[in-house]
Amino acid sequence: MALKASQINDETKWQDLTEGLQIYEPATSKTFETGEWRTQTPVFDEEKCKQCLLCVPYCPDSCIPVVDGKRRAFDLMHCKGCGICVKACPFDAISMKPGK
Amino acid sequence: MATTFDFKEIQSREDRLAPGHRMCAGCGGTIAVRNVLKALHPGDRAVVGNATGCLEVSTFMYPYTAYEDSYIHNAFENAGATLSGVETAYNVLKEKGKIKENFKFITFGGDGGTYDIGLQSLSGAMERGHDMVYVCYDNGAYMNTGTQRSSATPMFADTTTTPAGRLSAGKPQYRKDLASIMAAHNIPYVAQTTFISNMKDLYTKSEKAIYTPGPAFLNIMTPCPRGWRYDAPDIIDICKMAVETCYWPLFEVDHGKWILNYQPKNKLPIEDFLKSQGRFKHLFKPENQEYIALFQKELDRRWEELLTRCNA
Amino acid sequence: MRIKNRMSGNEALGQAIRQINPDVMPAFPITPSTEIPQFVSNMIANGEVTTHFIPVESEHSAMSAALGSEAAGCRTMTATSSCGLALMWEELYVAASSRLPIAMCVVNRGLTGPLNINAEHSDSMGARDSGWIQIYAENNQEVYDNMLQAHRICEHESVRLPIMICQDGFITSHAVQNIVLEDDADVKAFVGEYKPEHYLLKANETMALGPYANSPYCMEAKRAQAEGMIQAKKVILDVAKDFEKMTGRKYGFFEEYKLADADYAVVAIGSAAGTMKDAIDKLREKGVKAGLLKVRVFRPFPGEEMAKALENCKAVAVMDRCESYSTQGGPLGAELMSAMYRNKNKAEAINIVYGLSGRDVTVSDVEGVFERLADIAKNGVKDKQYTYLGLRG
Repeated sequence: MALKASQINDETKWQDLTEGLQIYEPATSKTFETGEWRTQTPVFDEEKCKQCLLCVPYCPDSCIPVVDGKRRAFDLMHCKGCGICVKACPFDAISMKPGK
Repeated sequence: MATTFDFKEIQSREDRLAPGHRMCAGCGGTIAVRNVLKALHPGDRAVVGNATGCLEVSTFMYPYTAYEDSYIHNAFENAGATLSGVETAYNVLKEKGKIKENFKFITFGGDGGTYDIGLQSLSGAMERGHDMVYVCYDNGAYMNTGTQRSSATPMFADTTTTPAGRLSAGKPQYRKDLASIMAAHNIPYVAQTTFISNMKDLYTKSEKAIYTPGPAFLNIMTPCPRGWRYDAPDIIDICKMAVETCYWPLFEVDHGKWILNYQPKNKLPIEDFLKSQGRFKHLFKPENQEYIALFQKELDRRWEELLTRCNA
Repeated sequence: MRIKNRMSGNEALGQAIRQINPDVMPAFPITPSTEIPQFVSNMIANGEVTTHFIPVESEHSAMSAALGSEAAGCRTMTATSSCGLALMWEELYVAASSRLPIAMCVVNRGLTGPLNINAEHSDSMGARDSGWIQIYAENNQEVYDNMLQAHRICEHESVRLPIMICQDGFITSHAVQNIVLEDDADVKAFVGEYKPEHYLLKANETMALGPYANSPYCMEAKRAQAEGMIQAKKVILDVAKDFEKMTGRKYGFFEEYKLADADYAVVAIGSAAGTMKDAIDKLREKGVKAGLLKVRVFRPFPGEEMAKALENCKAVAVMDRCESYSTQGGPLGAELMSAMYRNKNKAEAINIVYGLSGRDVTVSDVEGVFERLADIAKNGVKDKQYTYLGLRG
């Protein structure tokens, strides 16, 4: 049986790597934290948000989850803090604060 | 084909490009990929292809794939040919009753892998009529290797192989019009788009490209904050200006019919597109004003030509 | 029904492909392999096979499409020669490292330049380190037989590497010879159905292929790939045994022709072996103990086995139909001599480059080589260890 992506790391022996470095699971990148890159963090003001969802398609990192037609809190495990969502929001419901 | 656009429903769909990939903060390429893949109808499976480039090295770094769907990267210049092999295999396995599910085939290449090194492979795949979509995420230079010029680079851009200097105003040539070249293949669907308002244009074109039988080509302008030298959030204004200045017209060629999707009431001067980008900074020195006029002249000529083609 | 017939090497391959009925064949024409995709296209047009042909616009795209098709779960074949193989270069490595068992008919022809269309091994020899299994043939029967064994070897779960089935351009590919064709149903049963374990289009599973791999993974990945080639040695012999059961024709890594008691031996690949056998028969009549080692499998390289087979010889001439421009000789010479050194062979060995761009090699040429070997056995290597045969000047 091939190892799962989560079991593969830089200690894995050559005999245990997946054949041809193929991966047989979807979206294994989800376990990788890109949130560490952030130098500024988006803050979501639920009061001001009209749930227009315009911020959602502009996020390069798929970090604005939509559940039941409404956007939820930012996925800060992955958000790189680019700040595009701030500009995408017509209602000033998103702002950036310095740091993580 | 008729498409519907229910913005909320589309945004509620599961992302097929997962987070955790290593594309730069604020990357336009990823915005394109996410939104194109959103146009896949829920329940349909896909094989995503990819030419070597930023997208490839960042979205499938072993053992982390960012794709919810099957994915194949082969090399730089052959995304078209590679996916044509996958699509043929699908037809074989369907014919033999070995697979039941429906698959769509979408491949992504940057402008380096599409306009330049991969043009032959793309042309061949389109000419042979494979039922697939080739999406060029056009960020106007070889960004993966550090912003070298491509044939998609706009005129006078300062790149690392066309640096602006005492004797140089940046890239001497205007960009290649790849969408027209693809349209000349007389494939069922060709479109050019970028990120505008609620992405309706991008979504609609992606859905048409994916669900129109036969080959389709999408050219999406995807700004690159590092290579174009702007603050990441400015991407929204830059895309808007690209369209309002007619530098990047929104059009489609649907079964041979050229359609202009947006005509600005008041066509803005090219400066409005250039000024927020560091790669054009040198053009705003007083001694370089003539270059902006040259850019404008060529842009106008091409815009008029497009209006004629679209009968607009 | 088993049929005796007469046909060229390319026609023999066409028959093998008809019997195998691969799922997909992307190919681009290049002399002297062009007939192969033509035969397949004709068979498709006449309903003799269900193969889907992809008329790609280049060999690079042929191998690229083959990669896509194989990754998507289809048994995929292609054919090429010379510059076509060179244009595939990058893709050869990708196919092997992705562990995709594509089968390719290589009709050997020299690489340009100068531009020439005749037999030489510089094309496939240049690809010798690309991770492909390479099996060579002396005649059309061997090409056909090798092709029938190809998928059983390359698709084996311990191997999963692409394979080249090589024959000499024109000399084998176009010359008509007698041949035995096996029964269609027997071949079908022998080759078996392709059942890949993982593929892009598999139900209830996704597959991601072709990652960017950081340094912590690359060296291990390459070692794992090398293991496939190591395992291929056993699989090649196992498949040959099964093939012998079906056909009575015996195959190994190489053929030993009057080698067991030979004092002097030539080692060669491909069609020239036939000429060498004739020369050896003549010399044997005169009492000269001459022999031949004809290499069938070049990758994996059976160095130890070849060195052992040559260990009682007094002098050996390794014949290369390929110049490597190393100033040391050809690729077969370099690799075999290295194996002989490791095996502590006592034979003197020389390396001879012959037959470039289809240059004829005659029985008397080969007799001359054996005369040289006899002299070397007596007096040692006096002149250069690496020379040309049949060269003017």
